[in-house]
Amino acid sequence: MSIWEYANPKKFMQTSAWALPWFTGLAVLSMLVGLIWGFFFTPDDYKQGSTVKIIFLHVPAAMLAINAWLMMLVTSLIWLIRRHHVSALAAKAAAPIGLTFTLIALVTGAIWGQPMWGTWWAWDPRLTSFLILFLFYLGYIALWQAIDNPDTAADLTSVLCIVGSVFAVLSRYAVNFWNQGLHQGASLSLDKEEHVSDVFYFPLLVCIGGFIALFVALVLLRTRTEIRSRRLQALLTRERGTA
Amino acid sequence: MIALLIRDLRLAMRAGGGFGLGLAFFLLVAVLVPLGVGPEGSTLAKIAPGILWVGALLACLLSLDRIFALDFEDGSLDLLATAPMPLEGVVAVKAFAHWLVTGLPLTLVAPVLGLLLNLPGAGYGWLVASLALGTPALSVIGAFGAALTVGLKRGGLLLSLLVLPLYVPTLIFGAEVVKRGAEGQAVSTPLLLLAGITAGAAALLPFASAAAIRVNLR
Repeated sequence: MSIWEYANPKKFMQTSAWALPWFTGLAVLSMLVGLIWGFFFTPDDYKQGSTVKIIFLHVPAAMLAINAWLMMLVTSLIWLIRRHHVSALAAKAAAPIGLTFTLIALVTGAIWGQPMWGTWWAWDPRLTSFLILFLFYLGYIALWQAIDNPDTAADLTSVLCIVGSVFAVLSRYAVNFWNQGLHQGASLSLDKEEHVSDVFYFPLLVCIGGFIALFVALVLLRTRTEIRSRRLQALLTRERGTA
Repeated sequence: MIALLIRDLRLAMRAGGGFGLGLAFFLLVAVLVPLGVGPEGSTLAKIAPGILWVGALLACLLSLDRIFALDFEDGSLDLLATAPMPLEGVVAVKAFAHWLVTGLPLTLVAPVLGLLLNLPGAGYGWLVASLALGTPALSVIGAFGAALTVGLKRGGLLLSLLVLPLYVPTLIFGAEVVKRGAEGQAVSTPLLLLAGITAGAAALLPFASAAAIRVNLR
Protein backbone atom coordinates (compact mmCIF):
# COMPACT_ATOMS: atom_id res chain seq x y z
CA MET A 1 0.00 0.00 0.00
CA SER A 2 1.61 3.22 -1.06
CA ILE A 3 0.37 6.62 -2.08
CA TRP A 4 1.26 5.84 -5.69
CA GLU A 5 -1.68 3.47 -5.91
CA TYR A 6 -3.89 6.49 -6.27
CA ALA A 7 -2.04 7.33 -9.44
CA ASN A 8 -4.07 4.55 -11.01
CA PRO A 9 -7.09 6.37 -12.45
CA LYS A 10 -9.45 3.54 -11.53
CA LYS A 11 -8.31 3.49 -7.94
CA PHE A 12 -8.42 7.28 -7.85
CA MET A 13 -11.98 7.31 -9.15
CA GLN A 14 -13.07 4.79 -6.51
CA THR A 15 -11.45 6.59 -3.63
CA SER A 16 -12.49 10.05 -4.75
CA ALA A 17 -16.09 8.92 -5.29
CA TRP A 18 -16.06 7.90 -1.65
CA ALA A 19 -14.22 10.99 -0.39
CA LEU A 20 -15.99 13.65 -2.42
CA PRO A 21 -19.31 13.76 -0.50
CA TRP A 22 -17.42 13.89 2.80
CA PHE A 23 -15.31 16.84 1.74
CA THR A 24 -18.32 18.57 0.22
CA GLY A 25 -20.29 18.08 3.41
CA LEU A 26 -17.39 19.25 5.54
CA ALA A 27 -16.96 22.33 3.33
CA VAL A 28 -20.63 23.26 3.47
CA LEU A 29 -20.88 22.65 7.20
CA SER A 30 -17.76 24.47 8.30
CA MET A 31 -18.27 27.37 5.91
CA LEU A 32 -21.84 27.81 7.14
CA VAL A 33 -20.73 27.65 10.76
CA GLY A 34 -17.64 29.79 10.22
CA LEU A 35 -19.27 32.47 8.11
CA ILE A 36 -22.43 32.78 10.19
CA TRP A 37 -20.38 32.82 13.37
CA GLY A 38 -17.99 35.30 11.82
CA PHE A 39 -20.58 37.59 10.28
CA PHE A 40 -23.23 37.68 12.98
CA PHE A 41 -21.72 36.61 16.28
CA THR A 42 -18.49 38.54 16.45
CA PRO A 43 -18.28 42.11 17.75
CA ASP A 44 -17.43 45.03 15.50
CA ASP A 45 -13.85 46.18 15.67
CA TYR A 46 -13.44 49.42 17.57
CA LYS A 47 -11.63 51.08 14.69
CA GLN A 48 -12.78 49.22 11.59
CA GLY A 49 -16.43 48.70 12.45
CA SER A 50 -18.11 45.78 10.76
CA THR A 51 -15.82 45.91 7.69
CA VAL A 52 -13.39 43.78 9.69
CA LYS A 53 -15.62 40.79 9.00
CA ILE A 54 -14.50 40.57 5.41
CA ILE A 55 -11.43 38.90 6.90
CA PHE A 56 -13.43 35.66 7.00
CA LEU A 57 -13.48 35.55 3.22
CA HIS A 58 -10.29 37.42 2.44
CA VAL A 59 -7.72 35.52 4.50
CA PRO A 60 -8.80 31.95 3.60
CA ALA A 61 -9.11 32.85 -0.09
CA ALA A 62 -5.66 34.43 -0.11
CA MET A 63 -4.12 31.47 1.71
CA LEU A 64 -5.58 29.02 -0.77
CA ALA A 65 -4.67 31.16 -3.76
CA ILE A 66 -1.01 30.65 -2.87
CA ASN A 67 -1.36 27.05 -1.73
CA ALA A 68 -3.21 26.06 -4.90
CA TRP A 69 -0.15 27.14 -6.87
CA LEU A 70 2.07 25.14 -4.50
CA MET A 71 -0.14 22.11 -5.03
CA MET A 72 0.16 22.59 -8.79
CA LEU A 73 3.94 22.79 -8.40
CA VAL A 74 4.03 19.48 -6.51
CA THR A 75 1.69 17.68 -8.91
CA SER A 76 3.64 19.07 -11.88
CA LEU A 77 6.87 17.70 -10.42
CA ILE A 78 5.20 14.33 -9.85
CA TRP A 79 4.02 14.32 -13.46
CA LEU A 80 7.46 15.16 -14.81
CA ILE A 81 9.22 12.60 -12.63
CA ARG A 82 6.80 9.68 -12.45
CA ARG A 83 4.43 10.44 -15.33
CA HIS A 84 1.18 9.72 -13.53
CA HIS A 85 -1.65 11.17 -15.58
CA VAL A 86 -3.86 11.78 -12.58
CA SER A 87 -1.22 14.11 -11.20
CA ALA A 88 -1.11 16.25 -14.34
CA LEU A 89 -4.89 16.35 -14.48
CA ALA A 90 -5.09 17.42 -10.85
CA ALA A 91 -2.78 20.34 -11.63
CA LYS A 92 -4.97 21.25 -14.57
CA ALA A 93 -8.06 21.00 -12.39
CA ALA A 94 -6.63 23.15 -9.62
CA ALA A 95 -5.59 26.11 -11.79
CA PRO A 96 -9.01 27.73 -12.39
CA ILE A 97 -9.86 27.24 -8.71
CA GLY A 98 -6.66 28.99 -7.72
CA LEU A 99 -7.45 31.75 -10.18
CA THR A 100 -10.88 32.22 -8.63
CA PHE A 101 -9.48 32.34 -5.10
CA THR A 102 -6.93 34.94 -6.21
CA LEU A 103 -9.74 36.99 -7.68
CA ILE A 104 -11.81 36.65 -4.49
CA ALA A 105 -8.84 37.78 -2.41
CA LEU A 106 -8.25 40.77 -4.68
CA VAL A 107 -11.91 41.80 -4.81
CA THR A 108 -12.63 41.40 -1.09
CA GLY A 109 -9.38 43.25 -0.41
CA ALA A 110 -10.52 46.13 -2.62
CA ILE A 111 -13.95 46.24 -0.98
CA TRP A 112 -12.28 46.38 2.42
CA GLY A 113 -9.63 48.84 1.31
CA GLN A 114 -12.09 51.39 -0.02
CA PRO A 115 -13.53 52.44 3.38
CA MET A 116 -10.37 51.62 5.36
CA TRP A 117 -7.49 52.93 3.28
CA GLY A 118 -9.69 55.28 1.27
CA THR A 119 -8.72 53.60 -1.98
CA TRP A 120 -9.78 50.54 -3.95
CA TRP A 121 -6.28 49.80 -5.04
CA ALA A 122 -2.78 50.70 -3.97
CA TRP A 123 0.47 49.53 -5.48
CA ASP A 124 1.36 47.79 -2.29
CA PRO A 125 3.75 44.79 -2.44
CA ARG A 126 1.18 42.24 -1.32
CA LEU A 127 -1.50 43.56 -3.63
CA THR A 128 0.90 43.79 -6.54
CA SER A 129 2.25 40.30 -6.08
CA PHE A 130 -1.28 38.93 -5.96
CA LEU A 131 -2.04 40.66 -9.21
CA ILE A 132 1.09 39.08 -10.68
CA LEU A 133 0.01 35.69 -9.31
CA PHE A 134 -3.31 36.26 -11.08
CA LEU A 135 -1.42 36.79 -14.36
CA PHE A 136 0.59 33.61 -13.77
CA TYR A 137 -2.62 31.63 -13.36
CA LEU A 138 -4.01 33.16 -16.55
CA GLY A 139 -0.90 32.26 -18.53
CA TYR A 140 -0.87 28.72 -17.15
CA ILE A 141 -4.52 28.11 -18.02
CA ALA A 142 -4.10 29.69 -21.45
CA LEU A 143 -1.18 27.37 -22.19
CA TRP A 144 -3.26 24.32 -21.23
CA GLN A 145 -6.01 25.44 -23.57
CA ALA A 146 -3.75 26.30 -26.47
CA ILE A 147 -2.19 22.84 -26.91
CA ASP A 148 -4.19 19.99 -28.39
CA ASN A 149 -2.09 16.98 -27.46
CA PRO A 150 -2.80 16.32 -23.76
CA ASP A 151 0.65 14.90 -22.95
CA THR A 152 2.48 17.76 -24.61
CA ALA A 153 0.22 20.21 -22.77
CA ALA A 154 0.90 18.49 -19.45
CA ASP A 155 4.67 18.58 -20.03
CA LEU A 156 4.84 22.19 -21.11
CA THR A 157 2.53 23.49 -18.39
CA SER A 158 4.55 21.60 -15.80
CA VAL A 159 7.76 23.26 -16.96
CA LEU A 160 5.97 26.61 -16.95
CA CYS A 161 4.69 25.96 -13.44
CA ILE A 162 8.18 25.27 -12.12
CA VAL A 163 9.80 28.27 -13.81
CA GLY A 164 6.79 30.40 -12.88
CA SER A 165 7.16 29.45 -9.22
CA VAL A 166 10.73 30.71 -9.15
CA PHE A 167 9.75 33.95 -10.82
CA ALA A 168 6.68 34.37 -8.61
CA VAL A 169 8.92 34.23 -5.54
CA LEU A 170 11.39 36.62 -7.19
CA SER A 171 8.56 39.02 -8.01
CA ARG A 172 7.36 38.87 -4.45
CA TYR A 173 10.73 40.09 -3.20
CA ALA A 174 11.15 42.54 -6.05
CA VAL A 175 7.90 44.36 -5.30
CA ASN A 176 8.80 44.35 -1.63
CA PHE A 177 11.94 46.21 -2.54
CA TRP A 178 10.07 48.53 -4.86
CA ASN A 179 7.45 49.86 -2.48
CA GLN A 180 6.78 49.56 1.21
CA GLY A 181 3.08 49.19 1.41
CA LEU A 182 -0.12 49.71 3.27
CA HIS A 183 -1.01 46.08 3.87
CA GLN A 184 -0.74 44.89 7.45
CA GLY A 185 1.42 41.95 8.46
CA ALA A 186 0.27 38.40 8.90
CA SER A 187 -3.16 37.94 10.45
CA LEU A 188 -2.24 34.51 11.72
CA SER A 189 0.89 33.01 13.12
CA LEU A 190 1.61 29.99 15.21
CA ASP A 191 3.27 31.86 18.04
CA LYS A 192 0.41 33.85 19.43
CA GLU A 193 2.39 37.05 19.88
CA GLU A 194 1.00 38.78 16.87
CA HIS A 195 -2.33 37.99 15.30
CA VAL A 196 -5.98 38.89 15.49
CA SER A 197 -7.74 38.57 18.83
CA ASP A 198 -9.44 35.34 19.89
CA VAL A 199 -12.95 36.55 19.07
CA PHE A 200 -12.00 36.60 15.40
CA TYR A 201 -9.38 33.87 15.57
CA PHE A 202 -11.61 30.85 16.14
CA PRO A 203 -14.31 31.58 13.53
CA LEU A 204 -11.47 32.41 11.15
CA LEU A 205 -9.93 28.99 11.73
CA VAL A 206 -13.28 27.36 11.02
CA CYS A 207 -13.58 29.39 7.81
CA ILE A 208 -10.08 28.41 6.72
CA GLY A 209 -10.93 24.77 7.37
CA GLY A 210 -14.08 25.19 5.30
CA PHE A 211 -12.20 26.80 2.43
CA ILE A 212 -9.61 24.02 2.45
CA ALA A 213 -12.35 21.38 2.35
CA LEU A 214 -14.04 23.32 -0.45
CA PHE A 215 -10.78 23.42 -2.37
CA VAL A 216 -10.17 19.70 -1.95
CA ALA A 217 -13.75 18.91 -2.96
CA LEU A 218 -13.52 21.10 -6.06
CA VAL A 219 -10.17 19.67 -7.09
CA LEU A 220 -11.47 16.11 -6.67
CA LEU A 221 -14.60 16.93 -8.64
CA ARG A 222 -12.73 18.64 -11.45
CA THR A 223 -10.08 15.92 -11.62
CA ARG A 224 -12.85 13.33 -11.91
CA THR A 225 -14.37 15.34 -14.72
CA GLU A 226 -11.01 15.51 -16.49
CA ILE A 227 -10.49 11.75 -16.16
CA ARG A 228 -13.96 11.10 -17.52
CA SER A 229 -13.46 13.41 -20.46
CA ARG A 230 -10.12 11.73 -21.15
CA ARG A 231 -11.86 8.31 -21.12
CA LEU A 232 -14.58 9.63 -23.39
CA GLN A 233 -11.94 10.87 -25.78
CA ALA A 234 -10.28 7.45 -25.78
CA LEU A 235 -13.63 5.74 -26.45
CA LEU A 236 -14.40 8.07 -29.33
CA THR A 237 -10.99 7.47 -30.88
CA ARG A 238 -11.45 3.71 -30.57
CA GLU A 239 -14.87 3.82 -32.19
CA ARG A 240 -13.61 5.86 -35.06
CA GLY A 241 -10.85 3.29 -35.47
CA THR A 242 -13.23 0.32 -35.76
CA ALA A 243 -15.92 2.01 -37.86
CA MET B 1 28.55 27.26 -31.44
CA ILE B 2 30.16 30.21 -33.14
CA ALA B 3 28.94 28.93 -36.50
CA LEU B 4 25.40 28.80 -35.16
CA LEU B 5 25.73 32.29 -33.74
CA ILE B 6 26.97 33.66 -37.06
CA ARG B 7 24.21 31.84 -38.92
CA ASP B 8 21.53 33.30 -36.65
CA LEU B 9 22.95 36.80 -36.90
CA ARG B 10 23.14 36.56 -40.68
CA LEU B 11 19.57 35.34 -40.89
CA ALA B 12 18.39 38.19 -38.67
CA MET B 13 20.23 40.76 -40.79
CA ARG B 14 19.15 39.47 -44.16
CA ALA B 15 15.57 38.52 -43.36
CA GLY B 16 15.07 42.06 -42.07
CA GLY B 17 12.01 42.94 -40.09
CA GLY B 18 12.98 41.62 -36.69
CA PHE B 19 15.47 43.94 -35.18
CA GLY B 20 14.76 47.10 -37.17
CA LEU B 21 11.15 46.74 -36.17
CA GLY B 22 12.02 46.47 -32.49
CA LEU B 23 14.03 49.67 -32.63
CA ALA B 24 11.27 51.49 -34.50
CA PHE B 25 8.79 50.32 -31.90
CA PHE B 26 11.01 51.57 -29.10
CA LEU B 27 11.21 54.97 -30.82
CA LEU B 28 7.43 55.04 -31.25
CA VAL B 29 6.85 54.40 -27.55
CA ALA B 30 9.20 57.24 -26.66
CA VAL B 31 7.33 59.54 -29.05
CA LEU B 32 3.80 58.47 -28.15
CA VAL B 33 4.15 58.80 -24.39
CA PRO B 34 4.86 62.56 -24.38
CA LEU B 35 2.00 63.00 -26.85
CA GLY B 36 -0.23 61.21 -24.35
CA VAL B 37 0.87 62.73 -21.04
CA GLY B 38 1.80 66.20 -22.25
CA PRO B 39 5.11 67.94 -22.87
CA GLU B 40 5.94 69.22 -19.35
CA GLY B 41 9.59 68.51 -18.76
CA SER B 42 9.25 67.73 -15.07
CA THR B 43 6.54 65.10 -15.58
CA LEU B 44 8.49 63.46 -18.37
CA ALA B 45 11.70 63.45 -16.37
CA LYS B 46 9.88 61.67 -13.58
CA ILE B 47 8.42 58.90 -15.72
CA ALA B 48 11.28 58.60 -18.23
CA PRO B 49 13.11 55.68 -16.51
CA GLY B 50 9.95 53.60 -16.36
CA ILE B 51 8.85 54.43 -19.88
CA LEU B 52 12.24 53.60 -21.35
CA TRP B 53 12.34 50.27 -19.56
CA VAL B 54 8.77 49.34 -20.47
CA GLY B 55 9.47 50.38 -24.05
CA ALA B 56 12.61 48.26 -24.23
CA LEU B 57 10.74 45.32 -22.76
CA LEU B 58 7.89 45.53 -25.27
CA ALA B 59 10.28 46.04 -28.16
CA CYS B 60 12.12 42.92 -27.05
CA LEU B 61 8.83 41.02 -26.91
CA LEU B 62 8.08 41.79 -30.57
CA SER B 63 10.79 39.62 -32.04
CA LEU B 64 10.68 36.74 -29.52
CA ASP B 65 8.58 34.37 -31.57
CA ARG B 66 11.20 34.51 -34.32
CA ILE B 67 13.83 32.89 -32.12
CA PHE B 68 12.61 29.36 -32.80
CA ALA B 69 9.55 29.65 -35.06
CA LEU B 70 11.35 29.87 -38.42
CA ASP B 71 13.73 27.05 -37.55
CA PHE B 72 10.81 24.97 -36.36
CA GLU B 73 8.91 25.49 -39.59
CA ASP B 74 11.70 24.57 -41.99
CA GLY B 75 12.90 21.68 -39.84
CA SER B 76 16.33 23.00 -38.96
CA LEU B 77 15.37 22.88 -35.30
CA ASP B 78 15.08 19.09 -35.60
CA LEU B 79 18.57 19.00 -37.04
CA LEU B 80 19.91 21.20 -34.26
CA ALA B 81 18.24 18.97 -31.68
CA THR B 82 19.91 15.85 -33.06
CA ALA B 83 23.28 17.57 -33.59
CA PRO B 84 26.15 16.65 -31.26
CA MET B 85 25.89 20.04 -29.59
CA PRO B 86 23.56 19.90 -26.54
CA LEU B 87 20.21 21.53 -27.09
CA GLU B 88 20.77 23.66 -24.00
CA GLY B 89 23.76 25.19 -25.76
CA VAL B 90 21.71 25.80 -28.90
CA VAL B 91 19.10 27.64 -26.84
CA ALA B 92 21.72 29.74 -25.09
CA VAL B 93 23.38 30.69 -28.38
CA LYS B 94 20.06 31.57 -29.95
CA ALA B 95 19.10 33.72 -26.97
CA PHE B 96 22.49 35.43 -27.21
CA ALA B 97 21.96 36.08 -30.92
CA HIS B 98 18.54 37.51 -30.12
CA TRP B 99 20.15 39.82 -27.58
CA LEU B 100 22.78 40.94 -30.08
CA VAL B 101 20.12 41.99 -32.59
CA THR B 102 17.56 43.47 -30.15
CA GLY B 103 18.87 44.12 -26.64
CA LEU B 104 22.20 45.57 -27.68
CA PRO B 105 20.80 48.06 -30.25
CA LEU B 106 18.09 49.05 -27.78
CA THR B 107 20.76 49.76 -25.18
CA LEU B 108 22.73 51.89 -27.62
CA VAL B 109 19.70 53.88 -28.79
CA ALA B 110 18.22 54.39 -25.33
CA PRO B 111 20.24 57.54 -24.43
CA VAL B 112 18.88 59.32 -27.52
CA LEU B 113 15.35 58.49 -26.48
CA GLY B 114 16.21 59.55 -22.94
CA LEU B 115 16.92 62.96 -24.45
CA LEU B 116 13.43 63.02 -25.97
CA LEU B 117 11.94 62.17 -22.57
CA ASN B 118 13.99 64.77 -20.70
CA LEU B 119 15.84 62.22 -18.59
CA PRO B 120 17.99 64.02 -15.98
CA GLY B 121 21.69 64.14 -16.85
CA ALA B 122 22.85 61.80 -14.11
CA GLY B 123 20.58 59.05 -15.41
CA TYR B 124 22.16 58.36 -18.82
CA GLY B 125 25.07 56.27 -17.66
CA TRP B 126 22.83 54.17 -15.43
CA LEU B 127 20.25 53.81 -18.20
CA VAL B 128 22.83 52.26 -20.49
CA ALA B 129 24.31 50.18 -17.67
CA SER B 130 20.96 48.83 -16.52
CA LEU B 131 19.81 47.99 -20.05
CA ALA B 132 23.12 46.35 -20.85
CA LEU B 133 22.83 44.24 -17.71
CA GLY B 134 19.09 43.61 -17.88
CA THR B 135 18.25 42.99 -21.54
CA PRO B 136 20.15 39.67 -21.68
CA ALA B 137 17.71 38.41 -19.04
CA LEU B 138 14.84 39.56 -21.27
CA SER B 139 16.25 37.54 -24.18
CA VAL B 140 16.83 34.40 -22.11
CA ILE B 141 13.40 34.52 -20.46
CA GLY B 142 11.86 35.29 -23.83
CA ALA B 143 13.60 32.30 -25.37
CA PHE B 144 11.95 30.15 -22.71
CA GLY B 145 8.52 31.55 -23.62
CA ALA B 146 9.27 31.04 -27.31
CA ALA B 147 10.33 27.45 -26.63
CA LEU B 148 7.02 26.76 -24.85
CA THR B 149 4.90 28.14 -27.68
CA VAL B 150 6.99 27.05 -30.67
CA GLY B 151 4.60 24.31 -31.76
CA LEU B 152 1.52 26.53 -31.72
CA LYS B 153 0.10 28.13 -34.80
CA ARG B 154 -0.96 31.40 -33.20
CA GLY B 155 1.39 31.56 -30.25
CA GLY B 156 2.09 35.28 -30.41
CA LEU B 157 -0.47 36.57 -27.95
CA LEU B 158 -0.03 33.58 -25.65
CA LEU B 159 3.71 34.20 -25.71
CA SER B 160 3.18 37.73 -24.35
CA LEU B 161 0.85 36.46 -21.65
CA LEU B 162 3.40 33.88 -20.57
CA VAL B 163 6.49 36.04 -20.77
CA LEU B 164 5.35 39.41 -19.39
CA PRO B 165 4.73 38.18 -15.81
CA LEU B 166 8.19 36.61 -15.90
CA TYR B 167 9.64 40.01 -16.85
CA VAL B 168 8.36 41.66 -13.67
CA PRO B 169 11.49 41.37 -11.48
CA THR B 170 13.79 42.48 -14.29
CA LEU B 171 11.60 45.48 -15.03
CA ILE B 172 11.36 46.53 -11.39
CA PHE B 173 15.08 46.38 -10.72
CA GLY B 174 16.02 47.85 -14.10
CA ALA B 175 13.74 50.85 -13.80
CA GLU B 176 14.78 51.29 -10.17
CA VAL B 177 18.43 51.58 -11.17
CA VAL B 178 17.67 54.35 -13.66
CA LYS B 179 15.33 56.15 -11.29
CA ARG B 180 17.85 56.15 -8.48
CA GLY B 181 20.64 57.06 -10.86
CA ALA B 182 18.65 60.00 -12.21
CA GLU B 183 17.94 61.21 -8.68
CA GLY B 184 21.56 60.83 -7.70
CA GLN B 185 21.00 58.08 -5.10
CA ALA B 186 23.09 54.96 -4.57
CA VAL B 187 22.28 52.38 -7.24
CA SER B 188 24.41 49.42 -6.25
CA THR B 189 21.65 47.32 -4.62
CA PRO B 190 19.19 47.19 -7.54
CA LEU B 191 22.07 47.00 -10.00
CA LEU B 192 23.48 43.93 -8.27
CA LEU B 193 20.06 42.32 -8.04
CA LEU B 194 19.50 42.99 -11.75
CA ALA B 195 22.84 41.41 -12.59
CA GLY B 196 21.91 38.49 -10.35
CA ILE B 197 18.66 37.92 -12.24
CA THR B 198 20.48 38.02 -15.57
CA ALA B 199 23.18 35.62 -14.44
CA GLY B 200 20.71 33.25 -12.80
CA ALA B 201 18.34 33.26 -15.77
CA ALA B 202 21.16 32.74 -18.26
CA ALA B 203 22.53 29.84 -16.22
CA LEU B 204 19.30 27.97 -15.50
CA LEU B 205 16.62 28.83 -18.04
CA PRO B 206 18.29 27.25 -21.10
CA PHE B 207 17.70 23.88 -19.41
CA ALA B 208 13.99 24.57 -19.06
CA SER B 209 13.82 25.92 -22.63
CA ALA B 210 15.62 22.89 -24.03
CA ALA B 211 13.21 20.60 -22.15
CA ALA B 212 10.26 22.48 -23.63
CA ILE B 213 11.69 22.25 -27.15
CA ARG B 214 12.26 18.50 -26.78
CA VAL B 215 8.60 18.12 -25.80
CA ASN B 216 7.51 20.20 -28.76
CA LEU B 217 9.63 18.24 -31.21
CA ARG B 218 8.36 14.89 -29.95
